[in-house]
Amino acid sequence: MKKQIANWGNYPAMEADEESFVFEEQLDALVDKDVSFITRGNGRCYGDASLSERTISTLKFDKILSFDTENGVFECQSGITLDQVLNVIVPKGWFLPVTPGTKFITIGGALASDVHGKNHHVDGSISNHVVEFDLVLASKEQLTCSKENHPDLFEATLGGMGLTGVISRVKLRLKKIETAFIRQKQIKAANLQELIGLFEEYKDYTYSVAWIDCLKKGEHFGRSILMLGEHAKLDEIPPDQRPDALKLPAKKQITFPINMPSWVLNSLTVKSFNFLYYAKNFKKEINNIVSYEPFFYPLDAILHWNRLYGKSGFVQYQFVLPLSEKKGLIEILNRIADEGLGSFLAVLKVFGNQESMISFPKEGYTLALDFPVRKGLLEFLDELDEFVLKYDGRLYMSKDARMKPALLEAGYPGLKQFKSIIKKYNPGNKIRSVQSDRLLLTADS
Amino acid sequence: METVLVLGATSDIGIAIAKKFASEKYNIQLAARKPELLGPLQSDIQIRYNVECSVYAFDALIFHSHSMFFETLSPKPETTICIFGTMDDEEDAFNNWSLTQRMIDTNYTGAVSILNIAARSYLKNKKGTIIGISSVAGDRGRASKMIYGSSKAAFNAYLAGLRNKCFKDNVHVMTVKPGFVYTRMTENMELPALLTSTPAYLADVVYNGFARKKNVIYIKWFWRYIMLIIKSIPEFQFKKMKL
Repeated sequence: MKKQIANWGNYPAMEADEESFVFEEQLDALVDKDVSFITRGNGRCYGDASLSERTISTLKFDKILSFDTENGVFECQSGITLDQVLNVIVPKGWFLPVTPGTKFITIGGALASDVHGKNHHVDGSISNHVVEFDLVLASKEQLTCSKENHPDLFEATLGGMGLTGVISRVKLRLKKIETAFIRQKQIKAANLQELIGLFEEYKDYTYSVAWIDCLKKGEHFGRSILMLGEHAKLDEIPPDQRPDALKLPAKKQITFPINMPSWVLNSLTVKSFNFLYYAKNFKKEINNIVSYEPFFYPLDAILHWNRLYGKSGFVQYQFVLPLSEKKGLIEILNRIADEGLGSFLAVLKVFGNQESMISFPKEGYTLALDFPVRKGLLEFLDELDEFVLKYDGRLYMSKDARMKPALLEAGYPGLKQFKSIIKKYNPGNKIRSVQSDRLLLTADS
Repeated sequence: METVLVLGATSDIGIAIAKKFASEKYNIQLAARKPELLGPLQSDIQIRYNVECSVYAFDALIFHSHSMFFETLSPKPETTICIFGTMDDEEDAFNNWSLTQRMIDTNYTGAVSILNIAARSYLKNKKGTIIGISSVAGDRGRASKMIYGSSKAAFNAYLAGLRNKCFKDNVHVMTVKPGFVYTRMTENMELPALLTSTPAYLADVVYNGFARKKNVIYIKWFWRYIMLIIKSIPEFQFKKMKL
């Protein structure tokens, strides 16, 4: 039965068959069918990466297989969400080694996107913490991949957007914590120059990310709030909390009820939001202890926040530029401010060094912003692509719904090798998505 | 801690019910025809909920194995939940006796066989709960669910009789009648969202009914009234309808 599916940006949407499995033998039977497919987790990538006319959903393949609470090694099936993993590991004194800004993604999706978090400059992306995983190839053959076993597949699968096979089982190394709290520091920066200085000054913090107002021009161009954090040690939290230091935070969630009409979002409302967001930090610097939830997942508290962008959806644009190309960052931010197509949450972060075949992160500045889908948006984003190309940057495939193949090729030096690995293990392009076809990763030729 | 036996633990509903009771701090015994599939669910339940979880082989169709099966359970479960069942294409079953017989033998005969054994043990101890997952399809016979519905109708009558028989000895029997449920069995069917429940929702309702010692529960609740209307249509009219 076809149903309407879309990823988090609600753009694009399409009709698709969705099939699920609980047991490995059922997965084998699904892979064996003579119809191409893409694997799909919780649909939290933004664009068209996990869309296809036929999808195999991993959501019922969500069992925890082992958890070594002494050494922090966690083994699970790929359809489990980070949310469920945290519920189990936090009370035992462990944390995800890397987490993106939402906990509603699956582990399989996290590997396929090779997700990064606020600690990239210290801990790298999730691929750094994967011990091994099982991959079911298009041929139904199942391989256990690690740095030692099938290293080509290991590398091509991490960040490979599901195109090498179905990730079925994952073994991860976790991070030890003493409490479920974060010692947080927030610093206001009056402009981009100051922010970049602060990133440098506080680079030893494990977690760092900045919210940046993209609509400000002039001397306040790039005003922002830098958010820094460390896992709080037991003696850093209030004494009355210490007996329950590892307790899970209470679930407080509200649901964004309806798709907002598109006229609500305009440069005036976004400017007001940005003003309030900046002004809420009354002091130049705030230091406090907060639960991990609001620190890592502020938006998860509002289920379906994507409805804010209305039925037509939104595109998230995330690029990275090398550290040497600060000029490029300024040019892009200027271009965005001129256009007035603002975004509530523009997020800037400095990536540490990373060498990989097809993963997004590399050393440099990464900026992510949302744009509601409107007339003229695609042309505008094409224009931004020109800057990204010019300054030796690249875009994040998990956010992408519209980039051209040439930009992918220019941005990812490992692409040729990646393509040859797909050709080898996914001959005939049995595993393919709307995105992989669009980007000519699985184009028939 | 009390123990719950889940018969039919590889089904989507079986998995959801096992997890729900585990989350309420019951030890779980998983039983299914293919126990070799249950390793991941077993570890999941142990790690997530910190309860004991064991796995047993159980085949509803091998009736003579049932006493031995119940004998080997250790400890004896205080609650037995019967979830297994099959639903074949009705037209295929109508034309093929072995399919018809398999549906009846799984959904009715097999269930009666194992639940008689559990009930005898509970009556002896004057304590225990039996939960049977039946179906609204058993409330009235109709062409599109003729064999399946009749097997569930017989199961409903059995559970009602058992409830009556066991009441005075402090053994409780609950009949669960789900309407549509999103499972692998119904993945390719177009189901009305309002009338359809997820396995997790079903498991919550079953647990609440169990905790409140309900007799017959419908999932979702308004199925009770839908079936009331369907049952009230006079037969001379009903037989002409396409249902």
